[in-house]
Amino acid sequence: MGTVAVNGLRKSFGKVQALDGVTLDVPDGSFFVVLGPSGAGKTTTLRAIAGLEKLDAGSVHLDGRDATGDAPADRDLAMVFQSYALYPRLTAYENIASPLRARRRTSSEIADAVERMASLLHIERLLQRRPAQMSGGEMQRVALARALVRSPRAFLMDEPLTNLDLKLRVEMRTELTRIHRSLGGTFVYVTNDQVEALSMADYVAVLKEGKVQQVGTPTEVYERPANQWVAGFVGSPAISLLACHAEGDRLVGEAGWTLPRPRWTTAEDGRPLLLGLRAEDLSVERRGDTSLPGELYGLEPLGDRTVVDVRVGTEILKVKARPTVTGTPGERLQVTVDLDRAHLFDAGTGLALSEAGR
Amino acid sequence: MAVSVDKTVSTGPARGRTSPARRTSGRGRSVLEIALLTVLAVVMLFPVLWMIETAFKENRDVYAIPAKFFNFTVTLDHFKDVFVDSTGRSSLSTAFLNSVVVAGVSTVLATVLGVPAAWAYSRFAVKAKKDQLFFILSTRFMPPVVVVIPIFLMYRQLGLIDNKLGLILIYTAFNVPFTIWMMKGFVDEVPAEYEDAAMLDGYTRLQAFWKFTLPLLLPGIAATAVFALIFSWNEFVFAIFLTSSDSVRTAPPAIAGLIGGTTVDWGLVAAASVVFALPVLVFAYLVRKHLVAGVTLGAVRR
Ligand SMILES: Nc1ncnc2c1ncn2[C@@H]1O[C@H](COP(=O)(O)OP(=O)(O)O)[C@@H](O)[C@H]1O
Ligand SMILES: [Mg+2]
Repeated sequence: MGTVAVNGLRKSFGKVQALDGVTLDVPDGSFFVVLGPSGAGKTTTLRAIAGLEKLDAGSVHLDGRDATGDAPADRDLAMVFQSYALYPRLTAYENIASPLRARRRTSSEIADAVERMASLLHIERLLQRRPAQMSGGEMQRVALARALVRSPRAFLMDEPLTNLDLKLRVEMRTELTRIHRSLGGTFVYVTNDQVEALSMADYVAVLKEGKVQQVGTPTEVYERPANQWVAGFVGSPAISLLACHAEGDRLVGEAGWTLPRPRWTTAEDGRPLLLGLRAEDLSVERRGDTSLPGELYGLEPLGDRTVVDVRVGTEILKVKARPTVTGTPGERLQVTVDLDRAHLFDAGTGLALSEAGR
Repeated sequence: MAVSVDKTVSTGPARGRTSPARRTSGRGRSVLEIALLTVLAVVMLFPVLWMIETAFKENRDVYAIPAKFFNFTVTLDHFKDVFVDSTGRSSLSTAFLNSVVVAGVSTVLATVLGVPAAWAYSRFAVKAKKDQLFFILSTRFMPPVVVVIPIFLMYRQLGLIDNKLGLILIYTAFNVPFTIWMMKGFVDEVPAEYEDAAMLDGYTRLQAFWKFTLPLLLPGIAATAVFALIFSWNEFVFAIFLTSSDSVRTAPPAIAGLIGGTTVDWGLVAAASVVFALPVLVFAYLVRKHLVAGVTLGAVRR
């Protein structure tokens, strides 16, 4: 068993409201990612679960039992800190052994467990080194080993891959997913990297300014963002947003374009809306019946694809295209829109319009 | 305390470093610079030098006119007189022993009380923390002599006059605020996450402090304790007001007491002063690296 449930967490630091009613339900054995920009309250959430932060309000339930006031040691959790927090005077071996020593395991048990971790994370040759003699990637593996060496209720991980260079980060992503599968256990994993979230998570909770914006599977969060902000934060390149309103069976852009109004749209005529279009749902190469007129603004070749920036009125559309695409800035072109995959948001509240009819 | 601290700080650590002036002028120092530094050194160190010389001079050389700088007869008699006299152990040696006890115990007490307090101020959200810390520090703004009379009256009621415990308590009271301030700087530099990690490992908060933070604080504690020790060792005002008998008095009033009779045994005074200054110099030398960090209250990253 290993469920984590937090309810209505509130915490302020002076004037900063770090957590503003955070409620999360982490199912047993899941890889649960908390995604949000820096300062969103991700670390504070984890620290609240771990019992390191005194809350203004809210409760923490572990395995269904109220653990709100419990000491960290009694919660049976393990955590990887953003800064790793490896003990500077201890060797990697002793760092990994620390949770077992605290729980008075015998030294042969400890030796076995540390060895198992060392081979799992490929750090056998680091065991006698101290943190000062390791690189960032090595420290990160040791910090992971220290967390994984026990089988606690849940593993809390605070941006464990953020400080690594890109290649190592991608490798460790796969490795962590593999470890989660092989060890089992509940992972609460915090990151500001949406690619990490989409690629690793069973569930994603998107956090902004201490408030949960949306919880769902990676597909749900990507395909049906609850609001304009989530749509913009998840996905790369960022979703393009065009100001518009409905008029009868047409959508009329403030820049002057018109498109057929999607059947499922419930908005009344004239209400200010934002049309959200992802780069892969737009094309400058294909021809279709639904298209927007614009002019080429710039090209971003990314190797496997090129992102074409198209100016429509005063707004920029990001369009995914083949790497071979060419063009000169200022050139007029038509952008084909896959309207079935478009998103509509209320321009005032930012909330997604009901997609019940889809 | 101020005098001896200034001295150790300005001579000790500065030697090992390149002064800014030296860095800009490269290797050679200008003649003017050397001349000025020599003058400064002579002026500053002459009394110390004279004290050391006098301690080793035979009595007739001590009183010789004109004064003898170099060709005097060297003797250790004065040092012998510091420790033994006709009755056996001298009262000066008792005074030194008293100083060791009073300074040692008050330093240990101040450290034992001050380090956990500093840790708490660094780690916990304490109500009106800044005000409290300022209040603690403000007890050090006041010259000790201001409170001598009230303390004297209080101590008379409590039977702490002419009592080593009285001195120990008052020195502890002066050293605790200092220890808190200096140690808070050191604790602030140790990331709190080590303790967080230890608590998740399964240790209690106090175990986390004891096992993981305290070892990292040891150099800071040593430096802070040396400061406290030097303060207690050098303290004169309270010692002279609150103690009178030979068996209780500490070294500073005892040495001062050697001066003032019809004849003054300057050789003995000088030898006693040398013995008195020695432990301070040794300790300051041992922790010279941390003295600089200490006086900046942890403001400078080491
Ligand atoms: N100990 C603290 N003291 C003051 N402010 C803090 C503290 N911890 C966090 N905050 C503030 O709370 C907000 C959320 O912080 P945090 O949970 O660390 O965000 P994240 O981990 O998502 O980057 C930030 O604005 C941060 O500045
Ligand atoms: Mg963080």
